[in-house]
Amino acid sequence: MPDAVNEAEVDRLLRDLEAEAEAGGYHLNPDREFTRGLVRGLLANRERYGYISCPCRLASGNREDDLDIICPCDYRDPDLADYGACYCALYVTADVESGKRAAAPVPERRPPPAERRRQKEERALVSRAPGTLNYPVWRCRVCGYLCARNEPPEICPICRVSRDRFERFM
Amino acid sequence: MQHVPGADRGKVVLYALSTCGWCARTKELLTDLGVGFSYVYVDLLAGEERDRVVREVERWNPRLSFPTVVIDEAKVIVGFRKDEIREAVGA
Repeated sequence: MPDAVNEAEVDRLLRDLEAEAEAGGYHLNPDREFTRGLVRGLLANRERYGYISCPCRLASGNREDDLDIICPCDYRDPDLADYGACYCALYVTADVESGKRAAAPVPERRPPPAERRRQKEERALVSRAPGTLNYPVWRCRVCGYLCARNEPPEICPICRVSRDRFERFM
Repeated sequence: MQHVPGADRGKVVLYALSTCGWCARTKELLTDLGVGFSYVYVDLLAGEERDRVVREVERWNPRLSFPTVVIDEAKVIVGFRKDEIREAVGA
């Protein structure tokens, strides 16, 4: 339960997330109490599953199935563009942060389970397709960073997510 | 399923996650409106019970997203939609 999460840990993760967000041109929700609640949820999920899956989504507990909802999730950037906030509203756009615009409620963009399985198979096919390029091109599913090299980087140099968040692009 | 006592506005069920800020706001809203309702934190369930409740939520909301509020086993409200919830419970 969120109550069990130690408040010093909440402060620490909040500070780290904030520093990383600002360095990358992202912004945390300025509603501090709400944001602290989400960070408590992230810590509860890290405790339960070993990774910080989205506090507003039901994780399966299987990292591979939950990759797309590990914060920052695959859907953050398109939701910021369309609604001014990500699904759980941990991240908001600059105009929402400064109060110039209110964030709109964000409908769930994550496909339902059957559709996710289909997409996963499709991606596996693409990654097996013989290429005519000298190097495969990898795409970060969180921020869209592209690189042409044999393997994706260990950590995305742009948004800092782990290698398993990359997909074969070409 | 936990029950919060209050005015009888039909069968009001809130499917929620214990870690979610919007679920917390929805629970707060229903409590403030003084409506009697039941709620369950799906993320805290395990095993067969969890499977059963997940199937229940999917029946009302195939995306399996939270919060999902079901009123009288007919009206479904997905997300913290304050005005819609207020209207649906007639408060």
